[in-house]
Amino acid sequence: MQESLLEVKNLKTSFSTESGVVTAVDGVTFTVHAGETLGVVGESGCGKSVTAESILQLLNERTTKYEGEINYKGKNILTLNKKQMQQIRGNEIAMIFQDAMTSLNPVFTIGDQITEAITAHMKMGRKEANKKAIDMLSLTGISSPEMRFHEYPYEISGGMRQRAMIAMALVCRPNLLIADEPTTALDVTIQAQILEVINNIKNELNMGIVMITHDLGVIAEVCTHVVVMYLGQVIEDADVESLFSNPAHPYTKGLLQCIPQIDGDRSRQLYTIEGIVPSLDNVPKGCRFSQRCPHSDAKCLNEPPLLEEINDKHKVRCWHYDKI
Amino acid sequence: MLQPYTDVENKKQEHAKPLLQVRNLKKYFPITSSLGRHVGDVKSVDGVDFDLYEQQTVGLVGESGCGKSTTGRAILRLTDPTEGEAIYNGRDIFKLKEKEFHKIRKDFQMVFQDPHSSLNPKKRIGEAIIEPMKIHQIGTKRDQMDRAMELLLKVGIRKDQFYRYPHEFSGGQRQRIGLARALAVNPKIVVCDEPVSALDVSIQSQVINLLKEIQENFQLTYLFISHDLSVVRHMADQICVMYLGKIVERAPTDELFGHPNHPYTRALLSAIPLPNPKIKNERIVIKGDVPSPIHPPSGCVFHTRCPFVMERCKQQVPSMKELTAGHYAACHLND
Repeated sequence: MQESLLEVKNLKTSFSTESGVVTAVDGVTFTVHAGETLGVVGESGCGKSVTAESILQLLNERTTKYEGEINYKGKNILTLNKKQMQQIRGNEIAMIFQDAMTSLNPVFTIGDQITEAITAHMKMGRKEANKKAIDMLSLTGISSPEMRFHEYPYEISGGMRQRAMIAMALVCRPNLLIADEPTTALDVTIQAQILEVINNIKNELNMGIVMITHDLGVIAEVCTHVVVMYLGQVIEDADVESLFSNPAHPYTKGLLQCIPQIDGDRSRQLYTIEGIVPSLDNVPKGCRFSQRCPHSDAKCLNEPPLLEEINDKHKVRCWHYDKI
Repeated sequence: MLQPYTDVENKKQEHAKPLLQVRNLKKYFPITSSLGRHVGDVKSVDGVDFDLYEQQTVGLVGESGCGKSTTGRAILRLTDPTEGEAIYNGRDIFKLKEKEFHKIRKDFQMVFQDPHSSLNPKKRIGEAIIEPMKIHQIGTKRDQMDRAMELLLKVGIRKDQFYRYPHEFSGGQRQRIGLARALAVNPKIVVCDEPVSALDVSIQSQVINLLKEIQENFQLTYLFISHDLSVVRHMADQICVMYLGKIVERAPTDELFGHPNHPYTRALLSAIPLPNPKIKNERIVIKGDVPSPIHPPSGCVFHTRCPFVMERCKQQVPSMKELTAGHYAACHLND
């Protein structure tokens, strides 16, 4: 067995708010290996982005509390101090965000922002850093990188901004990339280009990737392993083939049936999951999905299920997965 | 210019007649210099033709900036078209005076993309639904109230939520309220501008089903605008694919997905990530970005990104050709 690159163990992230403590991520566990892409999928409010931000500890430190372990190369990075964490951010673990326009600084050129990442982590002269930045830009498939280097974020298109952000994240050759909905704001043809870029660079650098998305199509396309989240918990954890061919949790099954298929029957009604996601300050007592689940019974309403192993590649958090 | 075209997609279509005929619709947004001189145009919509058939859905797909929303807004006269005509009940609605148009405006309604900004946060949802009825002076106060309550029920909102404010509802519920509001004046045509794009998948399917159900019950005609091809496929009877202000392909839904013709349509279809890891899409990757609509490319607008580009494409604008019954495409490869 390959040694794991990132191991998140029982992560619990809670925020103190005016109305009390809200636990956005409640006991999340997963592992990422080098060269592997782990997909984290779920709907808005399921805690997928908070999980990502917790890994790099990007959340407001005054109001956020992290519990559990985040082991990066065997070391728990939650115990590191600010300075040590700064060494890891960007250098070892990098992140790309959904909205490139708000993630890039509008008053600096693309080039400035990429070289800043280089000089922050490496001892390198200006000229050398510039060259490295331009090389990275061309690796992401930007046309005429020398020209783009001197341009400001507003001067280039959305797809190019996303490429520039990827270049910025990857210029220090990180071992782990966290991609938080990297293609959600883009058109499908540009999305296809960006996913290809990420995949090529992954193979080149042998990175591990945590791909956060709500799009099951993207998951099927790029991921090797998937965790499905619902209301702060992992409800299913499987390799990509089993998840799509053999979904075990009623929520995962529902999600897969909800999407209009490009080759499905158009005249039939779409499957729906009744109701809406409950709010985090009013989490159901038993199984968190029990109120919306078509199979729930008294046990589901009262006792929270645990993440159980179906086989060595597939885990599910449901009392009745073997019966439904 | 005005030539009808026949569709034989299904039986429903055979005796359907066009309710709205849009011809040569253009919308240019002028660009002015700092001194107010007119220096150019953003050619957002550049000569679009399509028909809306009674109780059917026409899907308008394309990527951001292709002009699909502007097209939708123009036929409601939310933005004044630069050129073109839209024949409704034998009259060109673009030529009507504001006052005259007001009389038929209730036949045209819209459901917007963003459920958070399309409802007035200071208005109770009940009032929001009554408002269009007030404007068009439909019924007494009592009738308006009753109808609003009934509409809320129809879209799946409880009657007792009548006096609540928009912020008390989730995105999916707000979209339902937006739909109820559009239905308040008994419209004929509803323009749905990305109605489910801001919603989560589990909520998206609820709203799609509701839209279909409402279409049956209220005998509506939809213009359904979306960038999501699988959603459009589920909703629409006929699909127009737009690129840079022009319709490049138009066909009945099954025909379009079964035999896509235009290279852009093919690339678009192949770019959708499928939720099935076993199928690896044979992808036609198109390079680069959409060109600026201020200076659209000469000839075929797609030639800068087309994998099959020929010398001719750079000079000559391809015309719409009928390939099979009801299937039109504008591409030189078809000659």
